[in-house]
Amino acid sequence: MNATTPFHYKPAPRQDDPPYQKGERVAMFIPCYVDQFFPGIGEAMVSILERLGVPVDFPSEQTCCGQPAFNSGYWEESRPVIRKFCEVFAPYRWVICPSGSCSSMCRVFFPHVDPSPEVLQVSRRVFEFSEFLVDILKVTDTGATFPHKVAFHMGCHGRRELGVFDHPLQLLHSVRGMTYCELGNIEECCGFGGTFSVKLAGTSLAMGQSKVDNIVRSGADVVASGDISCLMHVGGIIQRNPATKHIRVMHLAELLAAGI
Amino acid sequence: MSTTTNHLDGAEFLSAENKGLAEPAPRFKNLTKTCDYSSKNNMGVAAAIPQFQDWREAAHQVKKFSIANLDKLIVQFESNMKARGAEVMFAQDAAEANRMVLEIAREHNVKSVVKSKSMVTEELELNHVLEGAGIRPIETDLGEYIVQLAKQRPIHLVTPAMHFTAAEVGELFHKTLGEPYSAEHAKLAAIARKNLRNDYLTAEMGVSGCNFAIADTGTVVVVENEGNAGLSTATPPVHIVLVGIEKVIPRIDDLPLFLNLLGRSGTGQKLTAYTHLIHGPAVGKKLYVIFLDNGRTKVLQDPHAWQSLFCIRCGACLNACPVYRRVGGWSYGWVYPGPIGAVLTPHLVGLHKAAELPFASSLCGACNEVCPVKIDIPHQLVHLRHRAVNEPSPMNSPFERMTWKVWAWAMRGPRRYAMAMGAVRIGVRVAKYLPWHFGKLGAWTRGRELPKVPASSFRAWWRNRQNTSQPPKEKP
Ligand code: SF4
Repeated sequence: MNATTPFHYKPAPRQDDPPYQKGERVAMFIPCYVDQFFPGIGEAMVSILERLGVPVDFPSEQTCCGQPAFNSGYWEESRPVIRKFCEVFAPYRWVICPSGSCSSMCRVFFPHVDPSPEVLQVSRRVFEFSEFLVDILKVTDTGATFPHKVAFHMGCHGRRELGVFDHPLQLLHSVRGMTYCELGNIEECCGFGGTFSVKLAGTSLAMGQSKVDNIVRSGADVVASGDISCLMHVGGIIQRNPATKHIRVMHLAELLAAGI
Repeated sequence: MSTTTNHLDGAEFLSAENKGLAEPAPRFKNLTKTCDYSSKNNMGVAAAIPQFQDWREAAHQVKKFSIANLDKLIVQFESNMKARGAEVMFAQDAAEANRMVLEIAREHNVKSVVKSKSMVTEELELNHVLEGAGIRPIETDLGEYIVQLAKQRPIHLVTPAMHFTAAEVGELFHKTLGEPYSAEHAKLAAIARKNLRNDYLTAEMGVSGCNFAIADTGTVVVVENEGNAGLSTATPPVHIVLVGIEKVIPRIDDLPLFLNLLGRSGTGQKLTAYTHLIHGPAVGKKLYVIFLDNGRTKVLQDPHAWQSLFCIRCGACLNACPVYRRVGGWSYGWVYPGPIGAVLTPHLVGLHKAAELPFASSLCGACNEVCPVKIDIPHQLVHLRHRAVNEPSPMNSPFERMTWKVWAWAMRGPRRYAMAMGAVRIGVRVAKYLPWHFGKLGAWTRGRELPKVPASSFRAWWRNRQNTSQPPKEKP
């Protein structure tokens, strides 16, 4: 996507064989902040997947992937939450999550905390939303129409831990009416980083401000991302400043469901 | 924040007096841009090599082999080097290494020392120790020369004066050397050259670091760009090489791989301007090689941490790090800054003294992406975080553990989850009425709005949808 990105990303170990069978039911893992603050993302996912003929389930026992405690060093506290996660999703062959960060927690970091076979098995069945569409369903066009200028923010975990790199871009490029605005310094982190955003608030804000400056420079009126957690932070900075308030943030799934 | 060469006083970073990691200083604006530029430039150079990824993997494997066989390789290096008349010594810690250096200096009646750039000598605080013994240390790398004159510490592994503008250097030379002010690069380099030239000739001893110690030939490799390392290692009658034990590589045939990576990742050069291969003392001169442990063998025993010993000190991870770019090297409190510093410092000075460092990262992984020897820095950081909250350290807080215990309890069932989320929703709704600096929420709202709380959650929507429109779901 960018001349300064010499690296090829390989997906983190995942269970993609046998391939998806038509009509197989998939489970959605909706991270807690999506569930509570951005329910529209889950709704958009349901509508896209169902339109593609994929039956969707939402196991109501689900809670959290354990990432906040894990990243803070509290692995003992995150372990029962991870086990709970694996219990809830054990019956499903495919688990789809609208967050690169939470997906990488499941796929990459679960085994650090609990390398038991039950955890490993579920861990590898978790797919990030765009990864599932492009690599598993082989879909790059959801039929969306979105006549706006859109910049895309690439979440670091999705890209560097999970290896989900051009999947969202392939999907975006087939959206009708959309103008893609390339972000300057797209490879730099937005500064969210979970508890980092409040533990080292000043540094986090400085990083976020750079991201916002690049968004403004790109001329976009919408910023999309596969990670709404990054956008909660970036959008929070955008909203604080009257000069940038007009810029909307939205999740990739919401954009891909627009106009269908 | 201590910026002088004399006080590397542990590493308590997020304490009340030192907010360096949490609050970027405006004076590093220049640094942010320079790092960004270097990183893009260097990675662009790397991208031009189709097999760059294979090189990284190969280098990772060679380093893995080297570190796993360190004991044998060092002995091999030692016997090869000794056979040609050099002395090889082993120092357990900084104090012992300093004693060795001083003894050698006394033996040869040394009054001044020309030094080429070396991070290990920063670990030893060697300049300070030499001064204490009445010996004048002279840094000869231009960047090191500048920070020495300014009585600062290097801000970067490779480019120690990265935070200086040419104008600032001009002023510094004017103030400390009495030279006429100039901000022209060529003029500034000429001033340094003129002032240093005589020092090479009069110094009784040269001190250098070592980029690679090659076992099968017993060779010390020093790479540089200014010619100063060549002069300070070859001109004086005595040369001391200070080298961390992890710098050993097995074969001279492995060297091209590392030279290819080091130049490109460090400075975007295909090869550094000079590569010195020192096989032993020149006729009539003395060569001492001092290997320094200083905590490294402890790291060796840790199955996760030992990767951090692969580091070839190229500085790529610093340039790529969004945190380093904003807070600069001093905020990391000790010799090694940036992502690799956040890993090495807790290991080398003790986790209890540097427990905050592993938390000074958004875990974005930019460091791992550019590291030429593929050190898994972000994973190292999460492992260190885990240790920091479990071992005696400033990050081990019973209160925070309690909070996470409550969280873990709440996350183990949908009903408890609903309760917890109800509380979060209320928290977010009232947060805007709370003052700044009101705990973690205050830290958030200091520069950010909170998201608007929607009327209902996704799961409420889903339940409602199941109950109304959809046929009863089949079992998966
Ligand atoms: S950790 Fe890797 S990128 Fe960082 S200085 Fe060492 S070798 Fe270079």
